[in-house]
Amino acid sequence: MKTEGLSTLVALVEDNPGVLTKVATLFRRRGFNIASLNVGHSEQPGISRMTIVIEGTGAHIKQCEKHLYKLVEVVKVVDITNADRVDKELALVKIAAHGAERSSVVALAQAFDGEVVDVGRNALIVQLTASPYTIERFLSLAGDFGVVELTRTGLITMARGDVRRARSPVAARRPGSNHKE
Amino acid sequence: MIDRKVRTGGSIICDVFLEEGVTAIFGMPGGASLPFYDALYDYPQIQHYLMRNEQGAGYAADGYARALNSVGVATSTSGPGATNLVTPIASAMMDSIPVVFLTGQVATPFIGTDAFQETDITGVTIPITKQNYLVKSVHELPRIMKEAFYLARSGRPGPVLVDVPKDVFLDETDEPVPESIELRGYKPAGAGHRRMIRKAAELIGQSERPVIMAGHGVAISGAFEELRELAEKAEIPVITTLHGVGDFPETHPLSFGMIGMHGMYYANMAVSECDLIIGLGLRFDDRVTGRVADFAPKAKIIHVDIDPAEIEKVVPTAVPIVGDVKATLQILNPLVSANTHTAWLEELNRLRTNHPSHEPPPNEEFLPQHMVRYIYEATEGEAIVVADVGQNQMWASQMFFYEKPYTFFSAGGLGGMGYALPAAMGVQVARPDQTVWCVTGDGGLQINIQELAAMAEYNIPVKVGVMNNAHLGMIRQWQNRFYNGRLMGAELINPDFAKVAEAFGIRGIRAETQDEARDAISQAMEFDGPVLVDFIVDELEDCYPMVEPGASLAETVER
Repeated sequence: MKTEGLSTLVALVEDNPGVLTKVATLFRRRGFNIASLNVGHSEQPGISRMTIVIEGTGAHIKQCEKHLYKLVEVVKVVDITNADRVDKELALVKIAAHGAERSSVVALAQAFDGEVVDVGRNALIVQLTASPYTIERFLSLAGDFGVVELTRTGLITMARGDVRRARSPVAARRPGSNHKE
Repeated sequence: MIDRKVRTGGSIICDVFLEEGVTAIFGMPGGASLPFYDALYDYPQIQHYLMRNEQGAGYAADGYARALNSVGVATSTSGPGATNLVTPIASAMMDSIPVVFLTGQVATPFIGTDAFQETDITGVTIPITKQNYLVKSVHELPRIMKEAFYLARSGRPGPVLVDVPKDVFLDETDEPVPESIELRGYKPAGAGHRRMIRKAAELIGQSERPVIMAGHGVAISGAFEELRELAEKAEIPVITTLHGVGDFPETHPLSFGMIGMHGMYYANMAVSECDLIIGLGLRFDDRVTGRVADFAPKAKIIHVDIDPAEIEKVVPTAVPIVGDVKATLQILNPLVSANTHTAWLEELNRLRTNHPSHEPPPNEEFLPQHMVRYIYEATEGEAIVVADVGQNQMWASQMFFYEKPYTFFSAGGLGGMGYALPAAMGVQVARPDQTVWCVTGDGGLQINIQELAAMAEYNIPVKVGVMNNAHLGMIRQWQNRFYNGRLMGAELINPDFAKVAEAFGIRGIRAETQDEARDAISQAMEFDGPVLVDFIVDELEDCYPMVEPGASLAETVER
């Protein structure tokens, strides 16, 4: 996954049925293209965390952020495209490997801190936890052997550093704060 | 004190209606909503208007909401009833109208089984509602109903759909209705940011050629007095959007009418020549701006809107203010210095004298413009006008001078033909003391003509004026102008609408000349009850001024 021309938003949303549909519908309706979308529980009960990687930058993303805020279930949106952060993605890659190729694939996996999680007669599954960029590099090299099957979780990300104040990110939202002032 | 009385879902809904001050609802029953209608039987305080198509019910609730600047209610059954509501829901979304749409749904065990009359209406309406709910348990219903009204009317208003399965109407709970609603993801703005407001006041003080553009937000927030104070204090000309008509008295010397594709020539020029726009509660719609790249080329823009997503959506803004128009003006007005703009106003007044877009052409023939002007003269402006969509809508805004708030309504955003007749009924129900004129075309009338039956049944004394030019007039105008006169699907072969009205039990009058039109209008005014006047107007009159698609406001074409 190339990161050029992409933006990353983190949205904290109410964990209600239908919220994912509403977010997805919003993106479709307003013409925002999703590069990846990851949803899971956050540290707060009842709040899910979405990591959304979208095509586009600048004003386009500002609009996207504002429209996300308009959804009643969306509690907070942060554009962390330019933040100092930890990016991780998990990939499972099934790579074709016969006989002697097998050890080459294992060596490649090790070089990327990957783990071989399944060994078959003519294929291996490598599990890789890394940044999307590193996963791209791995996939490019693994392509020499033949990538038979691939699944990726999509990016999850978190800003680095200490907690400045012990406050809930939910409380940080102020009406109208999501535009330049 | 919390009331823990055990109630059915149906009773809870009716109780919330009463708490919210809703005394009239518009709808049609069906299988899935029968238990709700059974509950309604015990609430004689709530008048139910049986409309003849759910679309009519939705539009009537929209009119009711606009007339009272409060929440309207429309109801239908599941499946086809609910899908018939889709057009009025989309319209209310586009126009920020607070309507709660209550739909029946198949009973919870049947949801997802393609049961008879099952439609996933919450799925269908995600992009066209402010919020929607499928109520899965009666215990959630008190909170959801309260939330629905709160969301519909607060912030930027809009439609909220509550989909209630048949068994949930019947189930019982002692769950009370919450006194207030707190949503962590929804905090509507109050007054705008102080620093921005101070900056706005500075720009207003520096401007030599300012213009106020007043939109729907002025009416929604009830900022008429504040708008007038600002305009008079700093002597700033006021122009309005279509939904802003009525924000500012149109006979006021500082009023320069409506802007846009069929706006007043001088209003379009004022915006093209001004050095500052004070935009109050509007969204710079494409019908307002013309070619965006050349919109107000000399102007800085102050944009006040309660919806942050409207700021910089279309036009770049010098001073963005996210806030309620009324609350913002209450802070802004004292910061603005008294001022005069004599030269600027002279220039605009000269334009208005030389380009009187608000006057009907001096023809002997009975033109559509005359119809609206005669209604204005006969009512002395003391009427609410509900316009349909198309040429009739533009002439209804151009040829009548609206002096007061909430006197002109139109489905400007979605532009759904067929709006005016049922919406006018909703307006009349909400404002029984007012004269309500429905101005519609021969095309738009026939989209919801069945509602004449409800109008007769409930004796709703709307005066229906049909601007009958035997065409889909705006289609004909565009095909003539932009498609080399190749008329296709523009001509209408109509029934005799006066006779049709009579068959529905409504007084019908036909008027073919200027004199007959004046006479018909006074007859309609004198008659105590609904009247339909079929105005047979000149078939080929086109609507001007006009900003052609892709042109800028400065290129406004006159007749």
